[in-house]
Amino acid sequence: MAENIAITWRRIPERYMLEGSSCSTCNTKYFPLRKLCPKCRRKGKLERMRFSGEGEIYSFSQINSAPAGLELQAPYILAIIKLKEGPKLTAQIVEASEKDVKIGDKVDQVFRAIRTDEPEGLIHYGYKFRKI
Amino acid sequence: MRKVAIVGVGMSKFGEEWDRGFRDLIIDAGKKAIEDANLQGEKIDGLFAGTMAPGPLIGQEHAGALLADWMGLNPIASTRVEAACASGGVALRQGFMAIASGMHDCVVVGGVEKMTDVSGPDVVSALGGAGDQEWELFAGATFPGIYALMARRHMLEYGTTEEQMASVAVKNHFNAARNKYAQFQKEIDIKTVLNSKVVASPLKVFDCSPVTDGAACAVLMPLEKAQKICEQPVEIIASAQASDTLALHNRASLTEINATKVAAKKAFEMAKLSTKDINLAEVHDCFTIAEIMAIEDLGFFKKGKGAKATEDGLTSLKGEIPINTSGGLKGCGHPVGATGVKQAVEITWQLRGQAKERQIKDAQIGLTHNVGGSGATAVIHIMKKA
Repeated sequence: MAENIAITWRRIPERYMLEGSSCSTCNTKYFPLRKLCPKCRRKGKLERMRFSGEGEIYSFSQINSAPAGLELQAPYILAIIKLKEGPKLTAQIVEASEKDVKIGDKVDQVFRAIRTDEPEGLIHYGYKFRKI
Repeated sequence: MRKVAIVGVGMSKFGEEWDRGFRDLIIDAGKKAIEDANLQGEKIDGLFAGTMAPGPLIGQEHAGALLADWMGLNPIASTRVEAACASGGVALRQGFMAIASGMHDCVVVGGVEKMTDVSGPDVVSALGGAGDQEWELFAGATFPGIYALMARRHMLEYGTTEEQMASVAVKNHFNAARNKYAQFQKEIDIKTVLNSKVVASPLKVFDCSPVTDGAACAVLMPLEKAQKICEQPVEIIASAQASDTLALHNRASLTEINATKVAAKKAFEMAKLSTKDINLAEVHDCFTIAEIMAIEDLGFFKKGKGAKATEDGLTSLKGEIPINTSGGLKGCGHPVGATGVKQAVEITWQLRGQAKERQIKDAQIGLTHNVGGSGATAVIHIMKKA
């Protein structure tokens, strides 16, 4: 789905710099940024933090049937990455085909174009991951 | 709280219904349900309609008012209910609560989705709305992809195989072949599944529920009144719902759906029953791995044993706990908003002894399990022959 420019702009801290939140009450770390700690609710105290970008593949799939807007990228490897600091996120693995990846492989973050809305539309950037 | 009964059910033929639109489908199901209940339409005082994505799929919102209008039910209160693929099940729960509370005396619960008026990638994107748009879908996730991530972990943690997942599809197609409302009335074998195109590894086309047009309706009344006007009322003895994180990656485990476990515990407590009291169940098999996780999370089988149980035939029509006698989402089809209501239609037919070739002998108590997204909503109903 084409994403409005304001949504993309609001998400720059997370998508460009992998910023998230850490709750100093319960010490849980969150990616992306949260305005409320779901565990502590109003007792929580969230502080901004930046994740290192290091992690490992927790699960993966090769996507052959892509959603609208990503048809030209398919097939691609979609994965859940467990960041070194704790939280998990969903992202693509670059420069790899299915036979190259397995659960537990170490990865780090790279900055990439994620999608282009129209041939002359907005180019959305963000994080993907690469095997170390 | 008043006791609640289903007094009439109906559904449209599920499939690629090129000659019928959103309104036609639910009118078909609604007429059948009201005729089945042998009621005059004037008795109906509320409508709850589950539909997930009429906006992206047919460019239409405000579906509650639209459906009351076209079903000839104005000016009754009509409410659209949305909980992704659990929209139908949650609508049923809203209807249940409306009758139980005494606010309404006769409601129609409907579910409908018209999915074939847009292209394949547009359907994939619309269904993607059941997940986290900014943090899953943006990255390139699709629903088959999200369930593939669960399947891959289930295979790693419990040794579940692609053949075992395929056995879910084979069973559900066998049941669907005995259901005249089903989208796929054709049996398949393991090879058909394993040789089908990979959509999102390890899931293949035949591991996935299809894109379907369809609607289903049920008419609900207080049990006390139902017993006076209806020969075979079916009582809803439990209704429970639970939530979890919208994004799959925020869950501690990918091999279980915690919302299912929480809702199941509540439902069994409400019904004062346990899994061994259930004669059959309709569970949410949007993908083959989803049925395996469902029968584990509901407690029919221990975690990690669901795949083997399916392969061994324990969930077939003649098994110890028949699962998805209708053909499930896989065989009967999955018009997302309609599915949760269709599950209740099937259980009603089974408890009344009207399921023909796929009838489970002496069925007394049945369960429905409907999931939204990758498990952020789960809703369970237990139904009993009144």
